[in-house]
Amino acid sequence: MYPGDFFYTKDHEWVQVKGQEAVVGITDFAQKQLGDVVYVQVPEVGTKLGSHQTIGSIESVKAVSDVFSPVSGEVTAVNAELADSPELVNQDPQGKGWIIKLKLASPKELEALMKAGDYERFLEGLEK
Amino acid sequence: MSYISLSDRDKKEMLERIGVSSLEDLFRSVPDQVKLKRKLDLPPALTEPELLAWMGEMAGRNAYGGFLSFLGGGAYRHIIPVAVDHLSSRGEFVTPYTPYQPEISQGTLQVIFEFQTLVCQLAGMDVANASLYDGATASAEAVLMSNRLNNRTKILVARSLHPHYRRAIQTYTRNLGLELVEVGFTESGRLDAAGLKAKLDDRTAAVVCQSPNYFGVVEDFETIFGLAHGHQALSVAVVAEALSLGILEAPGRQGADIVAGEAQSFGLPLGFGGPYLGFMACAQGSVRQLPGRLAGLTSDLEGQRGFVLTLSTREQHIRREKATSNICTNQAWCALRATIFLETLGHDGLREMACQNIQKAHYALEQLTAVPGVKARFSGRPFNEFVLERPRKWAEADAALRKQNILAGVALEHDYPELKGCILVNVTEMHRREDIDRLAGALREALR
Amino acid sequence: MIREPLIFEISDKGKRAFRLPKLDVPFRKDLLSGYPVREEVEGFPQVSEVEVVRHFTRLSQTNYAVDIGFYPLGSCTMKYNPKVNDRAASLEGFTAAHPLAPAELVQGCLEVLKRTEEYLCEIAGMDAFTLQPAAGAHGELLGLMLIRARLTEKGNPRRTVLIPDSAHGTNPSSAHISGYQVRVINSDQNGRIDLADLDRAMTDEVAALMVTNPNTLGVFETDIKKIAGLVHSRGGFLYMDGANLNALTGISRPGDMDVDVIHINLHKTFSTPHGGGGPGSGPVGVKKVLEPYLPCPVVGRKDGRFVLEGDRPKSIGRVHSFHGNFLVVVKALAYILTLGPEGLREMAEVAVLNSNYIRRSLEGLYHLKYETPTLHECVFSDKLQKEHGVANIDIAKRLIDYGVHPPTMSFPLIVPGALMIEPTETEPRRDLDLFIQAMTSIAREAAENPELLKSAPHTSFVRRLDETAAARNPVLKWTGSVKPPQAR
Repeated sequence: MYPGDFFYTKDHEWVQVKGQEAVVGITDFAQKQLGDVVYVQVPEVGTKLGSHQTIGSIESVKAVSDVFSPVSGEVTAVNAELADSPELVNQDPQGKGWIIKLKLASPKELEALMKAGDYERFLEGLEK
Repeated sequence: MSYISLSDRDKKEMLERIGVSSLEDLFRSVPDQVKLKRKLDLPPALTEPELLAWMGEMAGRNAYGGFLSFLGGGAYRHIIPVAVDHLSSRGEFVTPYTPYQPEISQGTLQVIFEFQTLVCQLAGMDVANASLYDGATASAEAVLMSNRLNNRTKILVARSLHPHYRRAIQTYTRNLGLELVEVGFTESGRLDAAGLKAKLDDRTAAVVCQSPNYFGVVEDFETIFGLAHGHQALSVAVVAEALSLGILEAPGRQGADIVAGEAQSFGLPLGFGGPYLGFMACAQGSVRQLPGRLAGLTSDLEGQRGFVLTLSTREQHIRREKATSNICTNQAWCALRATIFLETLGHDGLREMACQNIQKAHYALEQLTAVPGVKARFSGRPFNEFVLERPRKWAEADAALRKQNILAGVALEHDYPELKGCILVNVTEMHRREDIDRLAGALREALR
Repeated sequence: MIREPLIFEISDKGKRAFRLPKLDVPFRKDLLSGYPVREEVEGFPQVSEVEVVRHFTRLSQTNYAVDIGFYPLGSCTMKYNPKVNDRAASLEGFTAAHPLAPAELVQGCLEVLKRTEEYLCEIAGMDAFTLQPAAGAHGELLGLMLIRARLTEKGNPRRTVLIPDSAHGTNPSSAHISGYQVRVINSDQNGRIDLADLDRAMTDEVAALMVTNPNTLGVFETDIKKIAGLVHSRGGFLYMDGANLNALTGISRPGDMDVDVIHINLHKTFSTPHGGGGPGSGPVGVKKVLEPYLPCPVVGRKDGRFVLEGDRPKSIGRVHSFHGNFLVVVKALAYILTLGPEGLREMAEVAVLNSNYIRRSLEGLYHLKYETPTLHECVFSDKLQKEHGVANIDIAKRLIDYGVHPPTMSFPLIVPGALMIEPTETEPRRDLDLFIQAMTSIAREAAENPELLKSAPHTSFVRRLDETAAARNPVLKWTGSVKPPQAR
């Protein structure tokens, strides 16, 4: 369910690191909470983000949720497919439903995030 | 008289079911300290006939109804087809709530969808909302929307924008760190393009310009909006006399990014200023910053066509403090009247009505400026209003006209000290030739 | 039933529903040459009169309305709209009055405004009212602007507005547009403002507390005087959202609770029809200290006549093109005059009676998160039905099959799966009982046949509509074809 090589936040974002590049999205848990996603607002390429800064927002019919950047860095790509197919966030949140790619500013920040096992335990705690 | 439907027995049985002995007991959570211990000091209740008699007396104290009036200035007297009153007064249109439950609100929702379409067609824009309060607040909302779209803070506002709209924009923006800069008008009555050029810069969020403007003069939107776009500022077209859109080029085709205004002319009576009908339209790409409700097309479980309120995440009930506007209740029933009005008039009827306004305004302008001492203040082309410079003996002339139950126009001095002695005269399809001739004749007589 | 086409789909060139009188001034053909004229309004409809009449009559028949049946929509006060009020507002002396006419020619309109202001002052216990705001949210914004103007004059507009977590969404939105940050105040276990949290939050940077009383749970804030004292002692203002005033008329006055500013919804408490979403009217009442800041023009009395005062130096300006939704005000005044002091009190009493009757009848069948006594409305939730996979929306949609409008579900946010029920005072016993029976049946159906609810409504003009498809691919106008967006 939650890939072992990703890092996770308490706000239910994930980040996957490939060298200097980080891919960011929201978790399967988050998409289920939101329901059918109808719109994803993304930043412009080149935007410099601090960790825990707002990337944009995800909207369902009756809810809006801000998305925060798990780490700091510069936006190198946004998922253009989400403009026409926001449902990708529901269908494949941890794959095709990725939101932005970042050039990592400080890889050390990853240490503060949760690993898959920690995140799953965190979710169990929430359900209680 | 009250509109309670319970019998004494109902009340007694209901109190028993609840388990209290009196109505008073139901208010035990209201502390004695804040309870009103006397009767409200209001007049005793009236029955229906008494109420209608009293209201009739009040309505009768408005001498205005019997006057031959040329007052306009953002509130216009136009033909209202009988079908508008008849259809809009159906209880199924008057007494529902906002259509949040689409399965039992298809009538209201389809009307909004048609209204949105009609506004888009008239304004030449991609998207229109379901209504705003009125022209003043629609203008203010357009200014706030510009700032959200480009994050710039300087707003250039035409001095020829309706003075009440300008005042509302001031009130709305005062606390939000926006800077309002006025752009004057020339001898033609049109916006001072040179002044605009000088004031435009890369901080400019928007240029707000009205056409026909407050003086009734048709503006050159293309030039004005071209200048605005030269600095990547947004163009806000304000239309206070929506009838003009039946014949004048759509603002959207002249470069407007946002069109906002007042559609009272479409089937709403003067009504001492309200309820009127604010409207707003924009380009597809800006729709997420548009305030107000939107109806959209969809299908039901069985694949049948239907309508719902949509893109609601822009609105206060979902996004709360981050909403595009705080508007909730709008002017839905007024939009219904406008929709009935426009569909009854139809393409040719609307165009003809708009043309008659131009023709009659020109006729009136000719007749009135033929009166010795009366001059047109501006050289620009009017739609259905124009400004006259009054002769010195005006005060006596006005009193003489008033005695003959004629109101010649709105005095401009209060809002424009530089137009001391000028009046704004409005002529619509409701004025017959003899009405115009009567005004001209009375004026000639009074100034003799 | 016939599915009514869009007007554009039955339009054709040459059809007319209306003819103007012939132009009676000389026609000047050359006149238009100097204007930016359009050749046509592309796509604009052309139909006959009978088509217009049938179009709107058929559309009207697909609407639910107060004139048709029970509308227990919490916080919206969907009471009966007396027909005589509409008649009063259609008198020609009112409809033909121009807003810029000289005051001496519109004395009747000005008297209507002045009297309404004075009566609202008496009902709410305030010192002055303005009738300019066109709706409740408009009134909220104005009220906060008045507070800001006063504080600014005293040297510091302050930064924050406090809003309880049970509040309506317009409150935080209005605060934001008047330049304030929002700090949410928690509710306590009884659904009232948590005084300890308020005490912590109420600093000297807080401009106002916005309170709804009774709040959106229908619960009266019993500590309102204490709350007012706390806010005032730190230089803030107490704003009251008057959305729920229907519970209190003639019983208790906000002014006597030390409220400084209040807005009232004439389309709720004072019965003006909702019209499918508006127009409303949201008058704002203030205590003396804020009166100089009210928007202009203000109706005054001078030598036995009514006058319009346009220039008051401290006024915040204008929030409306003219004098607000005047014809709506006429209807509200008609209502006040028809009910009189006894009728206004009875209105509140019976509204509270009806609500408590429903509450008692449904207790046990639906979960009640807060057991605190309530006034004019009560908020159940879908907690018990969730066990069967049934949510508040399913209960709501099933109610449609029983001929009743669903309750409010979008708030208060502190009750997940809310079903906010406000019957108002005008409902007949029979309709109350039919509603109770319907809710009782639905509770049973939720346990026995949840699918029946999830696919509801079954009897309405259209079935449940796909709001997701509508939002993903917005089609917001007719463009020559009307294929609905398909779900993916």
